[in-house]
Amino acid sequence: MTQVIQLEGVTKRYDSADAPALGPLTLTVEEGEALAVTGPSGSGKSTLLNLVTGLDKPTEGAVTVAGQRIDQLSEHALAKFRRAQIGMVFQFFNLLDDLTVEDNIQLPAQLTGTPRRKAAARAGELMEVLGITRHARAYPGRLSGGERQRVAVARALVNRPALLLADEPTGALDTASGHDVRELLLDLHRGGQTIVLVTHDLPLAEACASRTIHLVDGHLALDTHAEAAR
Amino acid sequence: MSRWGTGALGRIVRSGVGRRRVQTVVIAVATMMAVASAVVAGSLMVATNAPFDHAFAAQHGAHLTVQFDPAKAGAARLEATRQLDGVTASAGPYPITTIHPVDGHGGHLPGLTLVGRSDPGGAVDHLTLKSGRWARKPGEIVLSSTFAGPFLKTGSTLKASEAANSRTLTVVGFALSASRTADAWALPAQVRGLASKDSPVTSQMLYRFDSAGTKGQITADRKKLAAAVPSGALLGAQSYLDTKHAADQGAAATIPFLIAFGLLGIVMSVIIVGSVVSGAVGTSLRRIGILKAIGFTPREVVRAYVAQALIPAGVGIALGVVLGNLLAVPLLEDTEQVYGTASLAVAWWVDVVVPAVALLIVGIAALVPALRAGRLRTVEAIAVGRAPRTGRGQWAHRAAGRLPLPRPVTYGLASPFAHPVRTAALLLAVAFGTVATTFAVGLTQSLNAVGRASDPEDRATVTAVSGGPAAQDSGPRSKAHGAPPSADPAKVRAAIKAQAGTATYYGLSQDDVTVAGITGSVQASLYQGDSSSGSYEMLSGHWLSGAGQLVVSTRFLERTGTRIGDTVRVTLEKDTETLRIVGEAFDTSDDGLHIHADIADFAAAEPQVFYIEVKPGVSPGTYARKLSAALKPLGAQAFANSASEQENMIIILDAMAVLLTLMLVSVASLGVLNSVVLETRERVHDLGVCKALGMSPRQTVSLVLASVAGIGLLGGLIGVPGGFALHGFVLPVMGHAAGTDLPPSVLDVYDAPQLALLALAGIVIAMLGALLPAGWAARARTATALRTE
Ligand SMILES: Nc1ncnc2c1ncn2[C@@H]1O[C@H](COP(=O)(O)OP(=O)(O)OP(=O)(O)O)[C@@H](O)[C@H]1O
Ligand SMILES: [Mg+2]
Repeated sequence: MTQVIQLEGVTKRYDSADAPALGPLTLTVEEGEALAVTGPSGSGKSTLLNLVTGLDKPTEGAVTVAGQRIDQLSEHALAKFRRAQIGMVFQFFNLLDDLTVEDNIQLPAQLTGTPRRKAAARAGELMEVLGITRHARAYPGRLSGGERQRVAVARALVNRPALLLADEPTGALDTASGHDVRELLLDLHRGGQTIVLVTHDLPLAEACASRTIHLVDGHLALDTHAEAAR
Repeated sequence: MSRWGTGALGRIVRSGVGRRRVQTVVIAVATMMAVASAVVAGSLMVATNAPFDHAFAAQHGAHLTVQFDPAKAGAARLEATRQLDGVTASAGPYPITTIHPVDGHGGHLPGLTLVGRSDPGGAVDHLTLKSGRWARKPGEIVLSSTFAGPFLKTGSTLKASEAANSRTLTVVGFALSASRTADAWALPAQVRGLASKDSPVTSQMLYRFDSAGTKGQITADRKKLAAAVPSGALLGAQSYLDTKHAADQGAAATIPFLIAFGLLGIVMSVIIVGSVVSGAVGTSLRRIGILKAIGFTPREVVRAYVAQALIPAGVGIALGVVLGNLLAVPLLEDTEQVYGTASLAVAWWVDVVVPAVALLIVGIAALVPALRAGRLRTVEAIAVGRAPRTGRGQWAHRAAGRLPLPRPVTYGLASPFAHPVRTAALLLAVAFGTVATTFAVGLTQSLNAVGRASDPEDRATVTAVSGGPAAQDSGPRSKAHGAPPSADPAKVRAAIKAQAGTATYYGLSQDDVTVAGITGSVQASLYQGDSSSGSYEMLSGHWLSGAGQLVVSTRFLERTGTRIGDTVRVTLEKDTETLRIVGEAFDTSDDGLHIHADIADFAAAEPQVFYIEVKPGVSPGTYARKLSAALKPLGAQAFANSASEQENMIIILDAMAVLLTLMLVSVASLGVLNSVVLETRERVHDLGVCKALGMSPRQTVSLVLASVAGIGLLGGLIGVPGGFALHGFVLPVMGHAAGTDLPPSVLDVYDAPQLALLALAGIVIAMLGALLPAGWAARARTATALRTE
């Protein structure tokens, strides 16, 4: 099995005087795995995601994602890496309010220069799968939270990324919508999508993750995978 | 309440000023530029509006300069005239005579009115020494500053007359008399010593009156003086109004130009300051809501926001006044030279009025949005930051999304539509910047065309002078004034003709003639040979093509009520000829009354100067050297002309146009900068999302630039016709003020490719302003941006 994420001795400090916000941490995520990252607030979960997406650079250590060392890439190369390999879903959706649902979903494809027709076809396909086709022309402001998160997921998947990252995807949703999203992630996992899921929601983690890690003060406190291996 | 007293308010204002650093800087710089250009334009307007009045007032100029016969009106009589009703100040009597000096090279100067004064001061006609010092002993002379030039400087010597034993006079200084009371001054004893039977000493008295505003009042004043002395004692009197008329003529032309630029500057700064301040309020609605929630009264909120604009604006205004004064001083010095007036300074009230008006405008521009902020309901204000934007601008995104352009570009193109008001202000700023640029480019070209069109003889490649240096320009009144050429023109002509390399040439004589219907003498240029290479730009009719023809200026036609085809009687010495007007030339020299005719019509005239064009491939320098060698034995000389010197006035206007344009363009760019900063600050979250989705820095920059490109293009498309129209309107007004129509070479200066390029000026302005914030947006940390939910 190929490794999608490889962290080697990664440390992230925001302030050189303080203890590191994350690490030192060594972690490998295999293709097809669904990893849930849990931990109390301020334990470094978002920091970990930012390192994996290249939005932030580690203070020490090497980050390899989809076979690429990303901790030394230029901003331009990182942007290209992100749009090709990473799909992201956020707690507060982060949809662009002035674009329609359809346009929001197509945006990452268009950034890579995918022809309009192809991007539209891919977006249509995803909307179909996620059951939001009837909202294609609507603006995100009019959708419910659950619907918005589906749009966000569609947008994350439009470029068929090697890795889907989700930071508290159910954090802003009611129970029913949260359940919807859980099902969706589970389906994606079953379909072979590699997923990293940051959440406080332990049932969610249990339901759709094949492996869970627990962070405390930036350190790995628990790793179900390692546990199983032991 | 006291908890939120001035301390808290002050802290809010300080932190507001500090947090919005870009807006603060933009407000400061925009007001600085606007105030500086207003000060420059305003002070030049004041100075050029009344250069004469200015100098006249400063010098306590003489309303009447009167000459008395000392034999009929003695010292006591003259003393008595000082006490006359209505006389508020007087000076004199000074001895006055006329001399006909010869300069060091044997050149004749025109007759000079010489007045004896022991010092330049006095209650009336307080002279300004422009260089050198006042005469201290016999043999020293001070000349009117109009004579200063390469041929006459301090230290030059003159012979008092042609006579071999005449007194040598050393020029020790140049002085300026606004009321033109004399051409030269010396100590009184020296004046008496230089008098002769032909030009005896008379007495000059200078008067100021309590009523001297109109011609009628001056006439009455003169009558009063004449009645106070025995009949025939008053020999002549010169009114300041006549001097003023001549002096004001040249200045009038620049005023429409200055007004145009002044207005552009003011409109522009109002737009920018207004949009900056309202933008500041717009983006901090949430903050205002929080301030009110914690107990600020509406009035305190208003005060806080007005102060946030007034503090940087105040700094900008103060700097602008300083900058404006610094820039105005050299321009004023040049203006001084052009008008020959006394020292000009920035009028004090310009320094008071401009900042006061600017402060008022900024205050109003800030008050309107601040009041809006004060009235805003707290709940609404807090909610504003949270509510998702809906509606406005979404259609634009849909439309732009269809364009066959990269997605970041189409996304950027649509974004201005979310803020129609801000976009309109931005569009106006860019359009005004383009208007200014277009106008300035056209104006510069027009002025250069005027420069090329005036004095076409300066275009000649080689000039041959048959007389001494006095035959050349050495002062306004010394133009070969009746000076007998020392070389035989016929021989000079033969030498030029024989010289290898000569292509064409013509001879020119400058003479004083009289024209029926015009009082006083008129300068005439009399041409010998094919003068087509020295042709003026023609407004109508054609240039001289033979004897019996006359080419005149617009003003001549107006003054004499003649038209092309009419005949005019012209007298040179004793020779009167009837000439037919064949052309109207663009010629503003000599108050626009200069005439041009063929020398063949006047037997007495002989050319003093020859203007030569050389054959292609012939070096003018070498040609001139060889010709000079051939002419030397004849008493003449030749020299190659350097590229014709542009007239001072044109250089000043050019410099001013460039200066004011740069200021307006930078103010427009600052406006763009501010809007884009506001825009990117509001969009920091959306941009963060885009970057998280994989938008590269380059794509981010293109998105931000695209968001102003449309405005730039549109502003350019609006601004170019605007500038074109402004040019088309202002130039004829300028020409009219100078008393002439303008030829097409001056009016039609734009060509299509140039206009197309100018239309791009809008985009350039927009891009200049957007580049910086685009870079910031591209570099902004995405992770941080995403956290601001
Ligand atoms: N940009 C930053 N600058 C300074 N410190 C930061 C920054 N981002 C995060 N931190 C700090 O790093 C630590 C880890 O933060 P992180 O956001 O990764 O926590 P988290 O586990 O995602 O918390 P939560 O569950 O609340 O989202 C925290 O102490 C936080 O204050
Ligand atoms: Mg987090």
